[in-house]
Amino acid sequence: MTNNALALPSGPAVGRSEWLARSTPVLVVVLALIAIWYVAAILMNVRLVRDGFEREETPYTAGDLISGSLSAERPLLPAPHQIAQTFVSDVLDYPPTSPRSLIYHGWVTLSATIVGFVLGVLLGIVLAAMIVQWRALEKSLLPWIICSQMVPILAVAPIVIVVMGAVGIHGLLPKSLISAYLCFFPVTIGVVKGLNSPDPIQRDLMRTWSATPTQVFWKLRWPSAVPFLFASLKVAITISLIGAIVGELPTGAQAGIGARLLAGSYYGQTVQIWAALLAASLLSAGLIGVVGLTERLVGRYMGARR
Amino acid sequence: MISSWQRAAFIVAALGISAASVLPLSNNEALQLSSRPILLSATVAVATLYALGALSAQPWSIAAAFAGVVLGCAITLDLLRDPAVAGDAGWGFWLSVLANWLAAASGVVSLSALKSRQNITLRALDLAIPLIFGAVVIYLWEVVVRGFGVPAVLMPAPSATAARFAASLPILGGDFVQTFVRGVLAGYAIGCAAGFVVAVAAHRFRFLGHGLLPIGNFVSALPIVGIAPIMVMWFGFDWPSKAAVVTIITFFPMLVNTLVGLDAAGHIERDLMRSYGAGHRQTLLKLHLPAAMPFIFNALKINSTLAFIGAIVAEFFGTPTMGIGFRISIEAGRMALDVVWAEIALAALCGMAFYGIVALAERATTFWHPSYRT
Repeated sequence: MTNNALALPSGPAVGRSEWLARSTPVLVVVLALIAIWYVAAILMNVRLVRDGFEREETPYTAGDLISGSLSAERPLLPAPHQIAQTFVSDVLDYPPTSPRSLIYHGWVTLSATIVGFVLGVLLGIVLAAMIVQWRALEKSLLPWIICSQMVPILAVAPIVIVVMGAVGIHGLLPKSLISAYLCFFPVTIGVVKGLNSPDPIQRDLMRTWSATPTQVFWKLRWPSAVPFLFASLKVAITISLIGAIVGELPTGAQAGIGARLLAGSYYGQTVQIWAALLAASLLSAGLIGVVGLTERLVGRYMGARR
Repeated sequence: MISSWQRAAFIVAALGISAASVLPLSNNEALQLSSRPILLSATVAVATLYALGALSAQPWSIAAAFAGVVLGCAITLDLLRDPAVAGDAGWGFWLSVLANWLAAASGVVSLSALKSRQNITLRALDLAIPLIFGAVVIYLWEVVVRGFGVPAVLMPAPSATAARFAASLPILGGDFVQTFVRGVLAGYAIGCAAGFVVAVAAHRFRFLGHGLLPIGNFVSALPIVGIAPIMVMWFGFDWPSKAAVVTIITFFPMLVNTLVGLDAAGHIERDLMRSYGAGHRQTLLKLHLPAAMPFIFNALKINSTLAFIGAIVAEFFGTPTMGIGFRISIEAGRMALDVVWAEIALAALCGMAFYGIVALAERATTFWHPSYRT
């Protein structure tokens, strides 16, 4: 029996059972969470619904209460299917350019995220390269970069927007700057670590070939920093999205997922808030997926064994 | 040993500051240093010190350079008190600022190239270099803002921010208590404790752990800050809603890190515990929890910054008229940027102190970890 199993190459059957063993607990937990959510939605909204019935003095049953609390217009906690419905109708029912469409708001936030991400990553890589090249910078600048992360940087967001608004710059750029400021840090730290990761033996080898510092950088340090870079990029892209969303909050922006959250909280449209949150989560997951895909492509191009 | 380009930098700085003493200081009036004998002689002293920095051997070079930098900065700051200079500073002024900056940069490079066998000297150097760097940046900020006369609605000078900070201590104290003590600390304690407890339970029941780890990883990557408006709706404008946001934000990093940490103990150690006949509780207390400590502290450190961000963002959605985030958004709208910067300084101090305390606690509890044995 054991021999037989050993002789078999790992076929699709083995892979499938492994996949099943790994995904069953996740599925069960997700289902349990959704069930808990429904119960919580009923418990939290039932008082609202009962008050409504009693105000109109209509007789009601327990079934009415439950169905009412799962379909209330402004529930404290909307049920998952309500969120899904609103999300789908917000995405599909309006043309993508109309300000009522979630695609439009998502695009506004996404464009700020991407511009900020690109700026932040470039800044992070340049800073890391400078820090690795000059010891004085590592000693003087790096501690401040680390300290800057202990500061709640989002607090600066209103200033950036107000100051740039006073100079006459509105719209995309201030938000992107906040994103860039938030997301350059993991890139810098990761790339510094990556650029310093080659062994002394490898550096000595470069020296025996009498390689110039530029050659050492491009042929040894940079290739070994790439895996570190991608690990940081995955962190950076989500922080960049958070930065773009928060950048829309303090000024009462007209468009974007943050604006959607703000409007929802002003008018008590809870379902709308949750739908916007769902959109933000999907954006975040999608962006991480894109970065992961790029990582795999770059890895294949650079000859990674996988 | 002083490198040739550093020598060149010091000589350029000395020449620059000498030239500055004859160039006009202001664009408006014909003002020159020769009309202020004390400052003129001080400038000559600075030029001499920079020249000494170029010519003398190593420890003296650094000492001369920094003595010159301190004196040179004092001269330019004193000049800014003249209304003819502030706002319309001329070439002579900017040349001496540049010379000071060049000398300071070169001095920092020398400092970071210093080598010492003694640990204390090394530590002091590691502390001094960033502090000097920060001081130079603040000096440049101050001089640029006041020299060019940048309007205070765009960028207040650091001195104005410091004055505002000192003048509005009661307001700042109230905001600190509202945001940090009530919102951040309460939420941080609840969120971290809940994450820890759930992780320990998931460690006991493997099935739960296998299900929770991927979900926790996924949720950690989501913009959870967005639940702030919902929490404000549920828990009202006061601090409980902020604490709730902080709780949810800090829960997931703690859960994921503790789960990974509880699995960090190696097979040999686990087998040893089994051969001792240790029960689940004993194994947990004596093996898994100590092995998870570095991971738990990692989560505590990540959370210390996340918690603050969560509380401040939650305040953008509504507060009783108090709190750091509230004050920042209100005063930024009223263009009172010196108050905003004072609040940011307060937030920065709190954030660093919070992180520092967690890091110190980590050092005290996980001193055995390889990363501290150097």
